[in-house]
Amino acid sequence: MGTIYIDGKASEADPKQNLLHACLSLGLNLPYFCWHPAMGSVGACRQCAVKQFKDAQDTRGRLVMACMTPAAPDTRISLQDPEAVAFRAGIIEGMMLNHPHDCPVCDEGGECHLQDMTVMTGHDYRRSRFPKRTFHDQYLGPFVYHQMNRCIQCYRCVRFYRNYAGEDDLNAFGISNEVFFGREQDGVLKSEFAGNLVEVCPTGVFTDRTLRRHYTRKWDLRMAPSICGHCSLGCNTTMGERYGLLRRVVNRFNSEVNGYFLCDRGRYGYEFVNSEQRIRAAQINGAPTSVTEAKRRLSSLVAGGQQLIGIGSPRASIESNYALRRLVGKDRFFCGVSDGEWERTRAMVEILQAGPARSASLRDVELSDAVLILGEDVTNSAPRMALSVRQSLRQQSFETTQKLRVPLWMDDAVREIAQAKRSPLFIAAAGATRLDDVATATYKAAPEDIARLGFAVAHEIDAKAPEVPDLSGEMRELAATIATALTGAKHPLVIAGPSCRSISVIESAANVARALCDNGHSAALSLIAPACNSFGLALLGARPMSEALAAVQDHGDATLIVLENDLYRQLPAKLVDGYLAKAAHLIVLDQLGNGTTAKAELLLPAGTFAESDGTLVSNEGRAQRFFQVFVPEDGIKESWRWLGDQSWSSLDDVLSEIGTEIPRLASVIGAAPLSSFRIAGAKIPREPHRYSGRTSITANISVVEPKPPDDPDSSLSYSMEGASIQPPAALQPFFWAPGWNSIQAVNKFQSEIGEALRGGVPGVRLFETSTGGGYFDGIPNPFTRRTQEWLLLPIEHIFGSEELSAHASSIAELVTEPYLALNPADAAGFLAEGKPTVVEVAFGGLKQRVPLKVLAELPSGLAGIPAGLTALCGEELPAWCRIERAS
Amino acid sequence: MAYLVSHPDEVKVVSSRFGKGAASIETYLALDGYSSARKAIELGSDGIIAEMKASNLRGRGGAGFPTGLKWSFVPKQSAKPKYVLLNGDESEPGTCKDRLIFEHDPHSAIEGVIIAGLAIGARMGFIYLRGEYRYLLTIMERAIDEAYAHGFLGKNIFGSGIDFDIRSHTGAGAYEVGEESALMESLEGKRGIPRIRPPFPAVVGLYGGPTVINNAETLATVPHVFRIGAAEYAKIGTERNGGTRLFCLSGNVERPGVYELPMGYNLKKMIYEVGGGIAGGRALKAVVPGGASTPVLLPEEIDIGMDFDQVGKAGSMLGSGGVVVLDDRVCIVEFALRTMRFYQHESCGWCIPCREGTDWLKKTLTRFHAGGGVAKDIDNMRYLAENIMGRTLCPLGDAAAMPTIGFLKKFRKEFEDHLDGKPCAYAEQGDAALAPA
Repeated sequence: MGTIYIDGKASEADPKQNLLHACLSLGLNLPYFCWHPAMGSVGACRQCAVKQFKDAQDTRGRLVMACMTPAAPDTRISLQDPEAVAFRAGIIEGMMLNHPHDCPVCDEGGECHLQDMTVMTGHDYRRSRFPKRTFHDQYLGPFVYHQMNRCIQCYRCVRFYRNYAGEDDLNAFGISNEVFFGREQDGVLKSEFAGNLVEVCPTGVFTDRTLRRHYTRKWDLRMAPSICGHCSLGCNTTMGERYGLLRRVVNRFNSEVNGYFLCDRGRYGYEFVNSEQRIRAAQINGAPTSVTEAKRRLSSLVAGGQQLIGIGSPRASIESNYALRRLVGKDRFFCGVSDGEWERTRAMVEILQAGPARSASLRDVELSDAVLILGEDVTNSAPRMALSVRQSLRQQSFETTQKLRVPLWMDDAVREIAQAKRSPLFIAAAGATRLDDVATATYKAAPEDIARLGFAVAHEIDAKAPEVPDLSGEMRELAATIATALTGAKHPLVIAGPSCRSISVIESAANVARALCDNGHSAALSLIAPACNSFGLALLGARPMSEALAAVQDHGDATLIVLENDLYRQLPAKLVDGYLAKAAHLIVLDQLGNGTTAKAELLLPAGTFAESDGTLVSNEGRAQRFFQVFVPEDGIKESWRWLGDQSWSSLDDVLSEIGTEIPRLASVIGAAPLSSFRIAGAKIPREPHRYSGRTSITANISVVEPKPPDDPDSSLSYSMEGASIQPPAALQPFFWAPGWNSIQAVNKFQSEIGEALRGGVPGVRLFETSTGGGYFDGIPNPFTRRTQEWLLLPIEHIFGSEELSAHASSIAELVTEPYLALNPADAAGFLAEGKPTVVEVAFGGLKQRVPLKVLAELPSGLAGIPAGLTALCGEELPAWCRIERAS
Repeated sequence: MAYLVSHPDEVKVVSSRFGKGAASIETYLALDGYSSARKAIELGSDGIIAEMKASNLRGRGGAGFPTGLKWSFVPKQSAKPKYVLLNGDESEPGTCKDRLIFEHDPHSAIEGVIIAGLAIGARMGFIYLRGEYRYLLTIMERAIDEAYAHGFLGKNIFGSGIDFDIRSHTGAGAYEVGEESALMESLEGKRGIPRIRPPFPAVVGLYGGPTVINNAETLATVPHVFRIGAAEYAKIGTERNGGTRLFCLSGNVERPGVYELPMGYNLKKMIYEVGGGIAGGRALKAVVPGGASTPVLLPEEIDIGMDFDQVGKAGSMLGSGGVVVLDDRVCIVEFALRTMRFYQHESCGWCIPCREGTDWLKKTLTRFHAGGGVAKDIDNMRYLAENIMGRTLCPLGDAAAMPTIGFLKKFRKEFEDHLDGKPCAYAEQGDAALAPA
């Protein structure tokens, strides 16, 4: 740190940063547009001008752009200098020449950075007497609404979209004051991260198209901190509700996890909460019933003396799974996923707990300088991670940048220096991935061969790692190349996961990470979990499902309790039919109607993330708490509350019991402050201080203002009154600060711009490195293709493969039709001349008709079906299948 | 094709081969062509740079940076390929000199690029012509082909063992791309928006490689420096302003055209003797000395030598050598409007003071000239121009602001006379005064 002088006052500043960063870190208000903490400086908007003085004697000074000037020690600047103040107001005036005064009807109004900055600079009078420029707006897909007239041309959108997210179908067109930001023609934005434009855009050019359908101002939203449940990464989100409807999700900054950005599944998946498919009332044999009756039936079934069998869920919270486990007893608590998935999940947890490599946070991924991905298309299986991998590609070029003494925040210059130089990224996968465009090399192969490559890389790095027998020269060469790249890096990273349905792939990744660590490299390992709480469930412990069948059969009169889990998505349909038929009674708790809930004798409405509190363990091993944003009027309750009946009075009780009963989860309680936490005796309001209509919100029903709901489970209140200072990071319901109404108010809550929120990084890490364990040696034989059969593998899709988000109407628009994919040579035999072909896939006594799709990069001998999108989604894959052209 | 003019005061160096058919390599060789490249090969990198420094040649693009010094900044060792880039994006209104080089003496440009390549150790050069000069591309490409055919380009040029290639390329019509870093962006196929410096082109330039980028006239002058010798060349001009300059004399003069005169040549003399005085014996109203972006000079301010330093002292700039002469029929408000219309149209759209400022200025001037101006417009225009000056990412903002400030400062009365809905009393024949002869 060095000392800089701002308006005569000495302050500490990081000389590696720029003056804008320094001023904002110091809590000063300096307006800006084109600069973004995650994207650096480009000097386009000229809004952050300050007066810089040569030395203490210099009184004239000169205007400089704070974002383009290093915060070098002894720098002297003035924010208050009249010339600087006037210039900044002039910049806003320039933007306002064409910016429509449509704030009252603009979706951004009330949380608009441009509004904030306009007020901040003091520009309040239009001197221009000319009409405003207009543009044509485009249809950009179901997520982002385009209103180009509002554009102030800060170039943030294209910088995010093209440079940061690596997609190319959004661009700047034209010159002078007619620069247009959009696509070459109307159409769905290709990037899986397009939704971030809504937050990246400082005004209302790109707004949330789903929010538009049920619009509410930010100030009228009741908000709560949440954790995204649509994949295993555990991105932090803020949910917003009004009138019992979940209105939207925005990013909630977490320096270690999602930073400033979300994926579109995480941002737009929320609408399943409002879905028509929601189970809003308890049902007995399909007929709606009262909460009291449902409770009565639940206790009679539970206390009826029958054998209780509980089936847990990788998408339910630790608390709910624990409540079921406690109710049925740990010996009769089953994991609810296929044996294969359970084995892989437990193996991943074991590897991360017992292995020498650090379990990578998304920030670790971003800071890696060489990456090996085994068997995953991360953009589709853990989308937000793809954005981090893209940033990691810049790391090695930073060395040259630093040698040339160009600061890393000088974004355009840094990219100019880097040119096409990228850190090594190797991707071995069973088909094309969305990161192939930036990979150093890709290897398309069957899971067995991906694992063999992984094992071979490990052996190349460390001779003590088992050697792969019968290795082809080609693969040995590739393994050597990868090994050299990883060992040559400062922070190598290995990513693997369950997409290939292969434990060998996961073990091979563990070997690579171990080989690196054992040879003195500071390697990290990121293992993607199948669902948002797969790791939490594995840590809790459960018995495999294959044993559940025996348990059900042993007791002809068993009562089966299924927790938030559509078994037909997890297990072969035949098997599930068998369980359900043999059980005497079936109790299901879930959020959306599905195949399993349809068969329930007693169906209980379970709260979604928006309506409940609980804890999830992310793929990093970070336990993070989500909080309900509203109390549903109907009988919807957290599953743990249904199952725990009266034994707990609050979430704290569940958590402390978990801590006592399951020591390895003891620290989970620390993921967020307990419900007793208060700031100066006050709870933390979920509603902003400008929240309107509290006294009249239900006046159409009764003019008596109801007492706000009580929240025994958290220290958040259903009110706009309460603590006014910054709460601990895990309890931050929204970002809002005086003068900063947009999401960029997060500046005011960070310890330093871009760094952790004050009060720490939300969540607790459960995995730390260990020195134990050894190499895996289960090296599979090479894949050999069969002549009349194909190895059927699931292909993950960001939109559709995850159960809940697929029910969000915006996402549903982008869900692919079911298909069976073959590579061109394999497909040739089936293709009908000039028309769509339908084939019949047969395996294990099952038959399914699906359209045939040709996928160029699918290895020969493999067949792919979209994960979670066909009637086959519960079958254990990979499996050898036969394919016939359907007549 | 343009016809050539001449005057006894001219010192023909760069233009020495104009009108002699030198676009054909046979003629060019007969006129001592490619002898400088051979000399340069013998001198080697250090020798070339020493010679260039001794010549006092300064960049002819407008900024006047010493050429030898620029070349010396390129690192000797580079992991990335080095490049020479000829900036033929001659777009400054009032400037038309490079056009004559491409038309009459394209080989001098090629030879200049070769010598610059030898100086910095590049193996590749690019000749970039502005989009509007596409019609000159055939001449340039034929010249390049001839040079290849003679073994002056390609493998083992001049039998020296050195390889050097040249490719030509045209712009798409953006003025902004005349700025060197924007030109590199354009050549790379990107939007023509200037880069942030550092890193400077000499270190990280085209495709990330160390790059020398020079104006076409500068590079076309280089072979002549070697032909007549650096010391001789330096003697031609004034101190620190070596050699000659192609001045583009246009506007209301009797004999407009491109004249090669020694640096430091008197402006008044240029207009009245070389140019034959004001057309039709009218009175001089103002002179724009170095292309549309340079502040205007009044008749009493033009008794100065035309070099970078003297014009600077007079409160303007030598710029690109485009001398625009305005007679008493010209309405300065209209002239300011024409100038602003150009810069507004060409603002790249990157930074706000220029993008929005030029647009507001253009609209104000348009209405102002049409009689719809109000008194506070005058101060507002001054404010807008000053708000651009020195505060944009690239010099285009300055180029738009400088002349505007100059007009408002020196012709305020003329602006005031347009107020209150009065018809323009200056433009006797409206647009005719500004129309090309």
